Amino acid sequence: MDKKSYKAWLYLLPAILFLGVFLVYPLIDVFIYSFEEGYNSASQTCFGVGLYNYSYVLHDPYFLQALQNTFILVIITVPLSTGIALLISVGLSSIKPLRNLYQTVYFLPYVTNTLAVGLVFMILFKKTAYSDGLVNLLINFFGGSSVDFIDGPYWAKMFVLCFYTIWVVMPFKILILTSALASVKQDYYNAARVDGTSKFRIFTRITLPLISPTVFYLVITGFIGAFKAYSDVVALFGTDLNAAGMNTIVGYIYDMLYGNSGGYPSYASAAAIILFTIVLTITCINLTVSKKHVHY
Amino acid sequence: MKVVLQNLTKKFPGRKKADAEVIAVNDFTFEIPDGELIGLLGPSGCGKSTALNLISGLLMPTSGKIYFGADDVTDLPPENRGVGLVFQNYALYPHLTVKQNIIFPLQNLKGKDKLSKDEMSEKAYEIAKLVQIDELMDRKPSELSGGQQQRVAIARALVKMPRVLLLDEPLSNLDARLRLQTREEIKRIQQETKITTIFVTHDQEEAMSISDRIVVMQSGVIQQIGKPQDVYDDPVNLFVAKFLGTPPINVFVGKVKDGGLYIGDDCILDVADVSDREVYIGIRPEGFILREDGPLCCTLGGLEVMGRDISVVSSHPGCQAPTIRSIISAENKVDLASKTVRFAVKPNKVFIFDKETEARIPFSAEDARHG
Amino acid sequence: MIKQTEFEKIEKSAKVRGTATKVVVYTLLTIWAIVVLFPFYWMLLTSVKDYGAYNAEYIPKFFTLSPTVQNYTDAFTAVPLAKYFYNTVIYTVVTTALMLVVTIPAAFAFARLNFKGKNLVFTLFLSLMMIPNELVIITNFVTITNLDLRNTFSGLILPSVMSVFYIYLLKENFAQIPDQLYYAAKVDGTSDLKYLFKVMLPICKPTIITITILKVIECWNSYVWPRLITDDAAYYLVSNGIQEIRENGFGRENIPAMMAAVVVISVPLIVLFLLFRNKIMEGVARGGTKG
Repeated sequence: MDKKSYKAWLYLLPAILFLGVFLVYPLIDVFIYSFEEGYNSASQTCFGVGLYNYSYVLHDPYFLQALQNTFILVIITVPLSTGIALLISVGLSSIKPLRNLYQTVYFLPYVTNTLAVGLVFMILFKKTAYSDGLVNLLINFFGGSSVDFIDGPYWAKMFVLCFYTIWVVMPFKILILTSALASVKQDYYNAARVDGTSKFRIFTRITLPLISPTVFYLVITGFIGAFKAYSDVVALFGTDLNAAGMNTIVGYIYDMLYGNSGGYPSYASAAAIILFTIVLTITCINLTVSKKHVHY
Repeated sequence: MKVVLQNLTKKFPGRKKADAEVIAVNDFTFEIPDGELIGLLGPSGCGKSTALNLISGLLMPTSGKIYFGADDVTDLPPENRGVGLVFQNYALYPHLTVKQNIIFPLQNLKGKDKLSKDEMSEKAYEIAKLVQIDELMDRKPSELSGGQQQRVAIARALVKMPRVLLLDEPLSNLDARLRLQTREEIKRIQQETKITTIFVTHDQEEAMSISDRIVVMQSGVIQQIGKPQDVYDDPVNLFVAKFLGTPPINVFVGKVKDGGLYIGDDCILDVADVSDREVYIGIRPEGFILREDGPLCCTLGGLEVMGRDISVVSSHPGCQAPTIRSIISAENKVDLASKTVRFAVKPNKVFIFDKETEARIPFSAEDARHG
Repeated sequence: MIKQTEFEKIEKSAKVRGTATKVVVYTLLTIWAIVVLFPFYWMLLTSVKDYGAYNAEYIPKFFTLSPTVQNYTDAFTAVPLAKYFYNTVIYTVVTTALMLVVTIPAAFAFARLNFKGKNLVFTLFLSLMMIPNELVIITNFVTITNLDLRNTFSGLILPSVMSVFYIYLLKENFAQIPDQLYYAAKVDGTSDLKYLFKVMLPICKPTIITITILKVIECWNSYVWPRLITDDAAYYLVSNGIQEIRENGFGRENIPAMMAAVVVISVPLIVLFLLFRNKIMEGVARGGTKG
């Protein structure tokens, strides 16, 4: 190796060390774990190699519950948050006064601690002995009856979770969409106006196709992000998610690894790889669909 | 369609509150006869694009009126004016094909104007043939050259048969060769469709070559309106004289004294009817006559032979620019060994302007006085 | 030809429609602004309500006439909030500093130096961006446990240092600096390292600031890894701290004190955001994702 190459590798060495130890090695190791049957973390031995871990995870009712929760969360929040974000961004782009103020406000959730603000949401939605909580009072005001959103029925819990998830992911989507909208050249709109195009048609025929790559990007990252939901769930329902029936796939992985039901890195690995496979498949589907619909 | 602008004014507020407002278009009044091709000409930032946007309706005037024929369109939104607009960078929708781009304006028609798919397609092909892009209908704009994109943009503006066609710097994004070709193309299309057309440019040669009439602007104010040759031959002020013509007019500092026009101590013309004063003198490059006893003595700098003509580069202390460019017929012989060169001038190619107002001072020239 | 009266009708309807659209747009935007801001208002409000008064309110009040700072004192005395805070600051500062120390030379090597296999290594780096954290965290957990680094700062920090995305972002920025500058510096006898510090870093300062801020946000809000690797409250970060407070803190549910803790935790990042608003938003828009 000549002197120049040697120097370059020196510059790269710290990065390679960190990546090697904490990213590449674990990546290989996780596959090994997932196939090692009956791994014992104390003695670091296993009985054999096979697909038992996967079969165990796939038959574990907690995992199936987590899978169901995650899918419901994904299917509800991704389209809804993207749609609302699009609506808000279009509105935001059409105004001048107060625009900066609104933009700043909308971005606030991005810089707040998910756990901390989740606590506020919990208080707003929770029904306790002392108070029904603000949201329930609102429901009462409109003639409904109180529901405990935190410890109550499944759909109520799912509603809060979706609501909070959307609240958390909106800043990123609004920011990306407003900058995409801003990058559409004014000339296109002027040209369309001169031709007498209606606002609705301008939006569906010009704006939407022009920002479609960004929308698809948001849908793809939205899917990936929602599949990995965890912190916001903990923030609302506490760490014992299995008991609350609100666990997610990622929550299941961590519970298998550590905590009351922990100590099973093999099961955790198998669940992680299942999750990764799901995300990869859906991303590929998304990419195929987006290739068909993004034309330039 | 005749277009009339009446005291049209557009003011923009200053950037900050303390800043004075900017008057982009100041008290425009002129009339464009039906079916003419008009060039709005001026240096960048003179308000010509603003004027165009006022006519298109994309901007609303601060005061004044715009009429298309007998209709007052001043407060109408652009879609109700019936204008076609070609943008400087064409603004073709990148996700639509050429055909879809051209059809786009037709799809906006409502009510009784609504067209069937076949009619739209037919119209699109008709107009595409006119601008000679009917072979490219299924391409995307990104697959076209600059000149082809320009044609598509024109086709899109023309397809709904606008009352007025507006072109914003139509040639500025094309290379030199295409520019020549495209400007003739624009002239041809305009003559075939007979649509009143207004185009904006900062290139005087472009405006002169195809316009029926040019409007010269500076800082929001119209300087002169007229047929290109008339404006060139008879500029109203120093700005117009300087702005038109390549190579540009040569400007000297001089004076009128006792009925003679002086550059330094050389009296180059008799101007009996002008009173004594300090003036600027503009002499067109073709206004010089090489003559050994000519009154204007310049230091010879060099020759540029252009085949048909010779361009003599010389200098004179009275000239504002470091060099004087004069174009003479190639039959003349210039002695390069000589340090100086002497010229007489053609009176109709000499303009004098007041030193204060820079306005043109008319004179009736007699023969140049000899040495 | 259209008649003048029709003209006026068109003008009028255009104006009315414009105003109506504006009203709808502003209403929509304001509703979402309230949805965003209300939790913040509620947490501030609750944090200054008296404990007794709060519990006595069956219908919560939207304002309080007797604000108290007692809850803030409680937040710092009844639970080791200051300790959580201190831990998080150390974790954030050290992790971010280490990230810069590792990222800058790597980005420099990719952008400026030529060596065999550069493209291959860079492609490998890029492909590492695709790997989800969930996949590698399991082994990292086992590794750190086996190294006996649980409940230590090393155990917290080391696996959190690397972000391939930041190397990529910085490399792109470095690569925009014209080669001529480098050759000019070489002709003047400047060493690579000096060139990096005297020329490249100052030019790329905006990107450095951006990745620093993004990393700080990431560290301040990180929850999963700290939760796995610490069970000793002496090493809790604010996220775990708030979860601990929720489950065991303040005895019987002292929600005002809890909210005071939430305010204290949220304030640093909000201040940072308001100070560097444009830098942060620009950085996030350039490709950052949440977490």
